[in-house]
Amino acid sequence: MLEPLILQEENNQEKKLPNEKYEKLQKYIDELPVKEGTLIQVLHKAQEIFGYLPRDVQLYVARALGVTGAKVYGVVSFYNYFNDKPRGEYLINVCTGTACFVKGCGAILEAISEKLNIASGETTEDGKFTLNGVRCIGACGLAPIIIVDDKVFGRVKVEEIDKILSSY
Amino acid sequence: MKDYVKVSINDKEVTVPREYTILNAAVEAGVKIPTLCHLDLHDMKMVNRTASCRVCMVEVKDRPNLAPACATPVNDGMIIRTDTMRAITARRMSVELLLSNHPTDCLICPRNRRCELQALAQELSIREISYSGQMNEFHIDSSSQAVVKHQNKCILCRRCETACNEVQTCGILSALNRGFETIVGPAFNLPMVETSCTYCGQCVAVCPTAALTEVNHVPKVWEALRDPERYVVVQTAPAIRVAIGELFGMEPGTIVTGKLAAALRRLGFNQVFDTDFGADVTIIEEAKEFIHRIENGGKLPMLTSCCPAWVSFIEHQFPDLVDVPSTCKSPHIMTGTIIKTYFAEKNNIDPSKITVVSIMPCVAKKAEAARTELSIDEHDNVDIVITTRELGDMLKEAGIDFDKLPDEDYDHPLGESTGASVIFGTTGGVIEAAIRTVYEWMTEKELEDVEFHDLRGFKGIREAVVPINGEDIRIGIAHGLGNARHLLEEIRSGKSHYHAIEIMACPGGCIGGGGQPYHWGNEEVVKKRQQAIYQEDRNKKVRKSHENTEVLKMYENYLGEPYGELAHKLLHTKFEAKERI
Repeated sequence: MLEPLILQEENNQEKKLPNEKYEKLQKYIDELPVKEGTLIQVLHKAQEIFGYLPRDVQLYVARALGVTGAKVYGVVSFYNYFNDKPRGEYLINVCTGTACFVKGCGAILEAISEKLNIASGETTEDGKFTLNGVRCIGACGLAPIIIVDDKVFGRVKVEEIDKILSSY
Repeated sequence: MKDYVKVSINDKEVTVPREYTILNAAVEAGVKIPTLCHLDLHDMKMVNRTASCRVCMVEVKDRPNLAPACATPVNDGMIIRTDTMRAITARRMSVELLLSNHPTDCLICPRNRRCELQALAQELSIREISYSGQMNEFHIDSSSQAVVKHQNKCILCRRCETACNEVQTCGILSALNRGFETIVGPAFNLPMVETSCTYCGQCVAVCPTAALTEVNHVPKVWEALRDPERYVVVQTAPAIRVAIGELFGMEPGTIVTGKLAAALRRLGFNQVFDTDFGADVTIIEEAKEFIHRIENGGKLPMLTSCCPAWVSFIEHQFPDLVDVPSTCKSPHIMTGTIIKTYFAEKNNIDPSKITVVSIMPCVAKKAEAARTELSIDEHDNVDIVITTRELGDMLKEAGIDFDKLPDEDYDHPLGESTGASVIFGTTGGVIEAAIRTVYEWMTEKELEDVEFHDLRGFKGIREAVVPINGEDIRIGIAHGLGNARHLLEEIRSGKSHYHAIEIMACPGGCIGGGGQPYHWGNEEVVKKRQQAIYQEDRNKKVRKSHENTEVLKMYENYLGEPYGELAHKLLHTKFEAKERI
């Protein structure tokens, strides 16, 4: 296993991450038949292990695969799926696909955002909820849709938001 | 045998190699297709073909969509039109869209009248922007002493990314985020100063707009010059004299050493000195160090340490090899040190009253001058660094008619220089200068021919063997940090068979530095500067560093033994392993 690089204090909001997780990630990388072209796959695994992709983990992946930190961050910041901040206990995905857009997902997203006092992509201070606007999830018949973890709420109205949130 | 195809461009038929793009073929056909993101510096191994700007769109018969000429390969029988209304409208639209999200403060922009986007808007006669909408508002990154990143002026051509990743292999810059939020930046969009950027400035050299520029230190120089309390001393790097003429309409490769000295005197500097003096001192120190390493079984190969971007590269990217470079400070830092010690003492000037200004072809020298470990007795050796371009701006602002100036000499004693120090400005020059001295010192014989043509040229990695006292001294040369990486990997794996290696970060060496007049994608400009450097060497009566009489006098009266105790204290430094981000 490589020695995880710890970024200087001012760059780093995260605490030192457990070595077992790095070891698990390294084992996964070691077992890849070829390393080239596996960046996205390794990032998926890393997010599965750590729950999100802190800077230290991104730099670790860069070193382990022999690519630059800028490239890794370029990929992480491009794809909606990857989070570089810790995720809350519950993940709220608000579909912003075309059908949900037409059916008023904008107002839904805004209402949740206002209620929880966080923007899309952020996590509440108490670590309970993370809010995400996502691309079409393919259940347009139920538009507008929100999904909290695995539970789907279809044809949601703004007035129902309070009730949905308070059930968590 | 090469494979050729026939294509027609605007009714003109041309036969071109099959691997050509439409853009290449258009050049053969004498048809100009406007481009923006495209950049092809063949000999520097830099080709930017992202086709991101969509300015070079042309019509191809039987193809439903327009094709980007820079990235579309030709095929036999292809019929291309660049002058249809559809193509012209598409091109205008691309530029208008770029302008719709671009600041319009051209009048006070550092790239005013030398901006490729501005020139293109003029060329396409754009008089209004038909699109309005949201504009990006990113912060300006001026965290470093060397490079300013002004993201709002970025057109996402990705040339900087190509230079940083493919030519220099530093890997600092990448496209980040997505869609409208896309920017080019370092990992985690950190401030540049917190990254492993070497500040080589090759991103600045290829940026078409003011998205990447050098930090402007001109106001600091004016301030020093106007302060009656300050004793302001200037020094010029070897590569300035063969390039600055370009800023005043002269042909690339024009040697303007005499006018340069005259111009600096007109600006009001108290002393006009030459970094070449420090280069001769560097050779004396470096040659001694090299002979010392050979005779005492020291670390080999020895690497040159004149180039601050290169030094920063090895510290960040090869931290395990920081004991390989020579411990010599770079020539302008040596000159600065000598000015504030030897010269100050000799002329009874309080060193704390002296401001040393370096005119450098380089952006990295700005960051280097800010490195505190290079300071002597609490004050910086070099206080301000400005680039060739910045000096050009100053001269224009001062109303100095550069090409009408008489030729003048540099001031003594630190204006004395040799042909050996002049060639520091090109790839291969530092090691050739060193060999001239090492040869004579080791053999105690005079060199019949001081020119080592095997060391010269433009190839990315070169090698040569120089027999000295029956032993073959093997020399390696690399310019461009990507090429340097190859030689360093050889050293790391123990396969390197060289005794000495010269590395310069910029393609071509300092003549192609990030602070030089823009080459506008024409590498011939850099090659002409190289020829001029060798011409300037031939013009010199003294061509070996150890024959610089003023340098020898300084050792005799002040420094003592070369590579001795005082020389070590003043002229040498050490490098430290750093993180790679």
